[in-house]
Amino acid sequence: MSDVITSPAAQAAHTPHHADYLEDPDFKGIWAWMTTIDHKRLGVMYLWATLAAFLAGGVMALIVRLELMHPGEDFMTAERYNQAFTLHGAIMVFMFIIPAIPAALGNFFLPLMLGAKDVAFPRLNLASFWVYVAGAIMAVTSIVVGGVDTGWTFYTPYSTTTNGAVTMMTLSVFVLGFSSIFTGINFVATVHKLRAPGMGWFQMPLFVWAIYPTAIIQVLATPVLGITMVLLVMERAFNIGIFDAQIGGDPVLFQHFFWFYSHPAVYIMILPGMAIISEIIPTFCRRVIFGYRLIALSSVAIALIGFLVWGHHMFTSGQSALAAGIFSFLTFAVAIPSAIKVFNWLSTMYKASISLRTPMLYAISFLFLFGIGGLTGIFLGALSVDIHLHDTYFVVAHFHYVMMGGTVIAYLGGLHYWWPKMFGRMYNETVARVCCGLVFIGFNATFLPQFIMGSQGMPRRYYTYLDQFQPLHQFSTFGSWILGAGIAIAVINLTVALRGPKNAPENPWGGTTLEWQTQSPPITHNFIGQPTIDHEPYDYRTFKIPADAVD
Amino acid sequence: MTWLRHLFLPAASSVKAEDVDDLFMFIMWLNILFMILITGLIVLFVARYRRKSAAQKTAHIEHNTALELSWSILPLILSMVVFFWGFNSYMQATVAPDGAMEIQVTAKKWIWTFGYPDGSVGVGKLWVPVNKPIRMIMHSEDVLHAFYVPAFRVKADVLPNRYTEVWFQATEVGDYVIPCAEYCGKGHSQMRAYVKVVSQKDYENFLEKGDPDEIGKPPAELGAILYTNFGCSTCHSIDGTRGQGPSWKGIYGAQHKMTDGKLFTVDENYIRTSILQPQQMVVEGFQGIMPSYQGQVRERHLTALIAYIKSLK
Repeated sequence: MSDVITSPAAQAAHTPHHADYLEDPDFKGIWAWMTTIDHKRLGVMYLWATLAAFLAGGVMALIVRLELMHPGEDFMTAERYNQAFTLHGAIMVFMFIIPAIPAALGNFFLPLMLGAKDVAFPRLNLASFWVYVAGAIMAVTSIVVGGVDTGWTFYTPYSTTTNGAVTMMTLSVFVLGFSSIFTGINFVATVHKLRAPGMGWFQMPLFVWAIYPTAIIQVLATPVLGITMVLLVMERAFNIGIFDAQIGGDPVLFQHFFWFYSHPAVYIMILPGMAIISEIIPTFCRRVIFGYRLIALSSVAIALIGFLVWGHHMFTSGQSALAAGIFSFLTFAVAIPSAIKVFNWLSTMYKASISLRTPMLYAISFLFLFGIGGLTGIFLGALSVDIHLHDTYFVVAHFHYVMMGGTVIAYLGGLHYWWPKMFGRMYNETVARVCCGLVFIGFNATFLPQFIMGSQGMPRRYYTYLDQFQPLHQFSTFGSWILGAGIAIAVINLTVALRGPKNAPENPWGGTTLEWQTQSPPITHNFIGQPTIDHEPYDYRTFKIPADAVD
Repeated sequence: MTWLRHLFLPAASSVKAEDVDDLFMFIMWLNILFMILITGLIVLFVARYRRKSAAQKTAHIEHNTALELSWSILPLILSMVVFFWGFNSYMQATVAPDGAMEIQVTAKKWIWTFGYPDGSVGVGKLWVPVNKPIRMIMHSEDVLHAFYVPAFRVKADVLPNRYTEVWFQATEVGDYVIPCAEYCGKGHSQMRAYVKVVSQKDYENFLEKGDPDEIGKPPAELGAILYTNFGCSTCHSIDGTRGQGPSWKGIYGAQHKMTDGKLFTVDENYIRTSILQPQQMVVEGFQGIMPSYQGQVRERHLTALIAYIKSLK
């Protein structure tokens, strides 16, 4: 090869369309997929696996809501109901929302955005996936062999004394934790070592700037969950007396351990959602993001302070008033960086060129719903008000506004944003927009009434309830049907597109980050030649919008 | 704007509730103002800057220090106001005033038992005099529960290994629900008791003569009242449907197989034993999860419950 072509764009112009990662002739067949170390294929496998978990958890949610149509028994006993909400929570948290964005979209796009060929440890990445599958199989087994009725929080001493397959389920959470740690280690190393030439820390896309602190939390916090789960299993199997008061333990200690992981885990869940929003907004506004550094650093601040607020889940647990005061104070401190981000995203829409395609519609939904989710957190951070609201539907509504209205909406936005890149196909835009509307309406119909129920005194995890709450419960259940239909049709719409021709251009939305500078879908090695960076991200002054971009 | 307060909050019936509600409404207004701001900006920007042509020019504004400082500091100040207000009212609600009347609370799956200063014990109903500070000293005999009175805005977990406490001072005579607020298993949502706030005179009357609802009632009628008060209804139906325990309908006089394989005819003595030592004879197909009522029921309660069960044919 005598003539050296330096820029990937120039090289691509000279070369014909390459076989993409989906149909690479060197890696054909099921076995090649199962043993792949390509981050894109692993991302796709994680995508389908976590979507299956989302389906299972979603069906559980619909069942729970349906049972709540009337007080007393509708179609299941209290025992079954308790198992259903436990599974809904455990599946959604451990098998869907924690891995969904980092392990599916993160795996696929983090190396592409950095201009790298793969993650730093491709084999660890493969291990992570199969460990996830093993954990998921264990969780399914625990459902089959006896069910679990502890709630996803596994509070002791209920969890150490109840019947059912609690041991299997907690071991599954232990195993799933390793999958999460592996992904985290991989991303930290990749971000540190595999950035393209010219890409300093402040030239990284904001997606990376949010996935990076997420990965650090995964590495530092998940081991605590693992240890806690092992202690719980030991307690059940050998009565070692750590948590059960009957044998000298302290049940509140479990809550400290559990939330020391599970509060940072809330940020493992929301930061990746913020990561996606920080990409969608500048692309569909076609202007530089407002306050790049503040958005980037606020993610780091959230990750750090997030380690110090676990006690706000325990204001009624009997912890000391001083501890409660400190945790309340820090809770308000961690709220500020999130507020900053919202204002930065909003300001990016100022003097922009706003396209209301599906990803942007989801981003706007996110701003509204996450706004409510974040602001209602103020009620729960304020000590005396939280005493009234703790363990009521108000809390249920609040965290669904953050986790679902925030993360899941961002995730759906991210799927619609990157689907053409991942699979090389455009989806039906009209159907996608209608679904976004259905999800928005259904979501609010489901969860707004729950704020009112909660502050009126309706406790959570209730199989039956006082008659006064029935109208609101029914409204919420009707809303869940709209929400379920919206999500189902949206996912079907995306899946149907896979049967169509590969019609997606390289850069359909006019995005500036590196994943848009390679063909759709990308080739196995991502880029032809090593891309280099010579400008700040989201700089539209010099950026040429490709002629085949839509709108 | 009292409708908004009534939409979200039940009537405030304790001395500390008003302050909690004022803070709740202050935060509510902050929420509404910020949501108007966010929604307004979205609508404004989308209307004003919607893409009209692919060549539409956009501004290159990387940041604005003054703006960014203002939307960092203003929320910080507002949240500190909320923090101090919340902390202050929490401390007041945590420390009971000197001389408060003390009531011992015992929680177990799935009943609340209240011990009064004179030594009397009641199940499912908490009698307190109005306008007197009451301090509840609570513990659990099994898993975690939580004592919650929405109307008083008080809540505290009830633990098996140490005492927790709440205090309140009711301002209105009436009945207020106590729903268990910490998940405790099958009967969690039916682990419900009531606070009965009465005048000082009625309270003293209760201590001296017992619950006026129970006085002068024929045993079967009293049994029907106790059926809900004691939480029997959580597990035993009276219409034949299967619950956590056998239904009471038609159980008297019927032959049942016990978990040890023996056949047993349900008579007065069987019911008495089942209430006081429930683990002794468990009907086959059910788990021995019923708590003992030993020391919590009086002789006349037993007579009444037996009469009630006999009446359910």
